[in-house]
Amino acid sequence: MTLQHFMKEAISPWMRENGPDNDIVLSSRIRLARNFAQYSFPILANEADLQHISEFIRQEYEHQSFQDYHDFAFVPVKDLTPIERRVLVEKHLISPHLAEQDHASAVLISKNEQVSIMVNEEDHLRVQLYYPGFQLNKSLNKVFELDDWLEGKIDYAFDEKRGYLTGCPTNVGTGMRASVMMHLPALALTQRISRMIPAINQLGLVVRGVYGEGSQATGNLFQISNQITLGKSEEDIVEDLQSVVRELIEHERTARNHIMSQSQTRLEDRIYRSYGIMTCGRIIESKEAAKCLSDVRLGIDLGMIENVSRNILNELMVLTQPGFLQQYAKKTLTPHERDVLRASLIRERMQLEN
Amino acid sequence: MECQECHQRPATLHFTQVINGEKTEVYVCEVCAKEEGYMSYPEEGFSLHHLLSGLFDSAFESPKGTLGQQKKELQCPKCEMTLSEFRRAGKFGCPACYETFADNLDPIFRRVHSGNTKHYGKIPARAFGDMRVKKQVDAYKEELQRLIKNEAFEEAATVRDKIKELEEETRGEDT
Ligand SMILES: [Zn+2]
Ligand SMILES: [Zn+2]
Repeated sequence: MTLQHFMKEAISPWMRENGPDNDIVLSSRIRLARNFAQYSFPILANEADLQHISEFIRQEYEHQSFQDYHDFAFVPVKDLTPIERRVLVEKHLISPHLAEQDHASAVLISKNEQVSIMVNEEDHLRVQLYYPGFQLNKSLNKVFELDDWLEGKIDYAFDEKRGYLTGCPTNVGTGMRASVMMHLPALALTQRISRMIPAINQLGLVVRGVYGEGSQATGNLFQISNQITLGKSEEDIVEDLQSVVRELIEHERTARNHIMSQSQTRLEDRIYRSYGIMTCGRIIESKEAAKCLSDVRLGIDLGMIENVSRNILNELMVLTQPGFLQQYAKKTLTPHERDVLRASLIRERMQLEN
Repeated sequence: MECQECHQRPATLHFTQVINGEKTEVYVCEVCAKEEGYMSYPEEGFSLHHLLSGLFDSAFESPKGTLGQQKKELQCPKCEMTLSEFRRAGKFGCPACYETFADNLDPIFRRVHSGNTKHYGKIPARAFGDMRVKKQVDAYKEELQRLIKNEAFEEAATVRDKIKELEEETRGEDT
């Protein structure tokens, strides 16, 4: 695998598969923070140690395969242009923090982009695994196997009392952050989500807008994840997250039915206007694109729009981000140029579908 | 009732914590509630930096030189991070920091992790395999007790076999 492979397509191969409840849950992710026992954490480690770690990972795991995760590519961050870094962030293959690093930071990515292992981020290793739809249990089982495979060659920093030791006290213990990305347009439209967030926080879970801040999520995409990593087993954490997600799915479905019975014409108008902008617009800002994508996705879920696939929307979600647009154009673009290119790419994709 | 942390002041506050599924009752004085992290401040959100600074301010900045002596500051022998540097950064320098600052960590973890200070969960398979088996055996033994109490003898027999199997496995490795 080469870097070019990850740059070409906006949609990761694993996203093309259908997952359970994927009308509402776009993806499930588990992330594990792991560190080498013998080295300082990246904020304090010297350059030579970080190079050691990075070189060790390259030697042991580059081009290796584990189960369905084939041919790991080793990508040093310092070799990436600013636009390429941005693209990997937009595809959720690296964190914004890793994108800012130079020197010894890198990422290992499986061919299907389901696994990415960040090297020398806040911890020596940040192992991420994605599954489409609502599949937290499967993700957990798989990431455990992957973790054992990695541990075959690495002495992890681990302590009987504190668990997996991490750079930040907020990650110690399991080192695990489990999350799901949810599309909750009806709960957002009826403003129920902002009332539900405090109750969800009380359960030790965090709700964030995926492309935006707080409850004002652009595109009505929310990430729900665990806050606590110490004192609770991974299975229990996932179980608690799952039950909240199940409840949110139910509430979202109820809210959709409610809007449909109370104000169907208004909702139809909103959805078809967005469809109109996407098929005919000439200048589309990223916020507007996110709103339209959300509306059209809801239109598909409600059976109003039948000739567009959810995959096209998943692709457009990434394709219309600033980094990917510039990667596509192969040059730096002004905001106005981006809005024009965005509109034309969206039109093109929507026509492909007809 | 006296405070169960300092055993000096009377306990004026009562907390119920759920740790690993078990309810624990905590009776402490107001000072200890703050210093030992039993009191949570939801309005502060999850700003760890804020959390740590506030915490250390009250817990460790005891007036210097009151007894004419200055305590030497804790410093990690491996990465040389000091306690005050840890406090400023809100991050550890290396795995050994956990050992070095061990006595000061419970209050922080309690606040950040809803009252928890001890890890329950995955154990590295290769390097800590024995510990993993031991924990598994302990869990099975607990289950066995529960099953016997409920007179579920058939299931209890299965669990007993699992325990035997695991114990034989580890014995095999010893020789
Ligand atoms: Zn006290
Ligand atoms: Zn240290």
